Amino acid sequence: MNFYLLSLIKTVIVVGIFMHVLAYLQWIERKVIAHVQLRVGPRRVGPHGLLQPLADVIKLITKEDILPSHVNKVFYFLAPFIAVTFALISISIIPFGPEITVAGVRTNMGLTDLNIGVLFILGISGLGVYGVALAGWASNNKYALMGGLRSSAQMISYELPMALALAAPLLLLNTLSLREIANGQAGYYLGFIPRWSIFQMPFPQIFSFILFLIAGFAETNRVPFDLPEAENELVAGFHVEYASMKFASFFMAEYANMVTVSAVATLLFLGGWHPIFPEQYGSGLVPVAIFVGSALLCFLHAASPARPFDKYTLPVFGVLFLGAAGLFLVPVLKPILLPLFWFSAKVGIILFVFIWVRATLPRFRYDQLMRFAWTFLFPVSLVNLFLTAALVAVYS
Amino acid sequence: MDALLFLIFAAIAVICGINLVVQTHPISSALSLVGVMGALAALYLLLGGEFIAAAQLVVYAGAIMVLFVFVIMLLNAGTERKLAIRPWGKYLGAPLLILFLGMMAYLIQRILPPSSPVVFGAFQGGTPAEIGRSLFTVYLLPFEVTSVLILIAILGAIVLARKEVD
Repeated sequence: MNFYLLSLIKTVIVVGIFMHVLAYLQWIERKVIAHVQLRVGPRRVGPHGLLQPLADVIKLITKEDILPSHVNKVFYFLAPFIAVTFALISISIIPFGPEITVAGVRTNMGLTDLNIGVLFILGISGLGVYGVALAGWASNNKYALMGGLRSSAQMISYELPMALALAAPLLLLNTLSLREIANGQAGYYLGFIPRWSIFQMPFPQIFSFILFLIAGFAETNRVPFDLPEAENELVAGFHVEYASMKFASFFMAEYANMVTVSAVATLLFLGGWHPIFPEQYGSGLVPVAIFVGSALLCFLHAASPARPFDKYTLPVFGVLFLGAAGLFLVPVLKPILLPLFWFSAKVGIILFVFIWVRATLPRFRYDQLMRFAWTFLFPVSLVNLFLTAALVAVYS
Repeated sequence: MDALLFLIFAAIAVICGINLVVQTHPISSALSLVGVMGALAALYLLLGGEFIAAAQLVVYAGAIMVLFVFVIMLLNAGTERKLAIRPWGKYLGAPLLILFLGMMAYLIQRILPPSSPVVFGAFQGGTPAEIGRSLFTVYLLPFEVTSVLILIAILGAIVLARKEVD
């Protein structure tokens, strides 16, 4: 098929799904935090609040877009564009699965693959800081400026340990292309231990994984490193002067960065779309079991509903889950859905950790944040890199 | 396609470069420089220097220019005050500039040997592996000397920035 047409179709599919994931990530975040804090979270709009993201989007679009009189207009408009553009570009080189054949067309799952993929991600994430810094500066407001300055300093500081943590598994995998990185982690030790980077011999990269996640939390400005928008000190930080869709773009950028960090962690450390145990032990049936289990849970709760509404909504969800389980048993769909399931399951678990941490940890103080980056994280990731390099040199 | 992309990114680089000089506010100038870096990275990519392109983005656009912007914001540098242009500069400036550029172009064309034009996609040695191999074999000594130079620069910066303790 024509290369341009194929790319266009794939882009439309990926962007469509990605935008919905970003919108629903916020719903999931609110639900998870609510349950951690023993609340129920959004449940007014649609069944179990499932239409809440739609309502939020309509609200944000139709809100009055205030232009404060004291801002620098050019950069005030430019900043949200920069933030959201550089946050969304990274998805273009993330591979979601192996090469597949759909209706006689062979294609890779994922938009494209660069032989400098990891470097590209680092470069793009480095450019994303301009959005936050410019927003803070152009708002001409001391709280916003403080937020912007904090964010630039924080992102420069945590980019170093992040890059060093990424370099360690690259020594084992010998490539910078994300697709080859994921393919290099296929297979199993002793027939059942996956050859993911975090289990890879001669030096399992579990420390790099943890270091990368910590730096990733700081790079995405998430709790406990969300100093740029610390409410109790800075009102709302760098986006205090923004309203309507411009405010929403900053939120979208934050969620898109979270997805990117999770996807990169999945690809580099957790083996991408490769299942956790081999096919011959029935790893293909894991999604079926999970969806059937969810369906049974729904039916069980519908039998003794906690709220009167649940009597009608939960059986519908149960049937939907059973349908999803059935999809994984169709032989034609199986090679497409299984890698996608493993990939999104791993990304989803890391995203859940992001939300979990937000619900449980307090925020760092600014001096603690900087001291942690330069006196703990940086030396530790350097030692980790040296150890990996030494062991790779000895054993290869 | 390659020539078209080259023209687009070259135009972006030149426009951003001119904008860098024309703008009076330091932040605008710094961001124009970021634009130049980005366009140069795209040009390196077109020429087959993948690693150089990525390094350009990571190091220059992503780290060094962020520090520049950071310092400009921290110092709260205001708009530059324009000096009055002297009358002879007003009338002779543009013709002299064109004359100078023309002479430079002529000299470069005379001195440099005629070479075949660059073919996009002909150069294959720009991958990270190739760069790393040549850095650690052929260019090992310059590479190490550069690292020592940077270390000296860092030490000098620390000495200069340190507060005197009596």
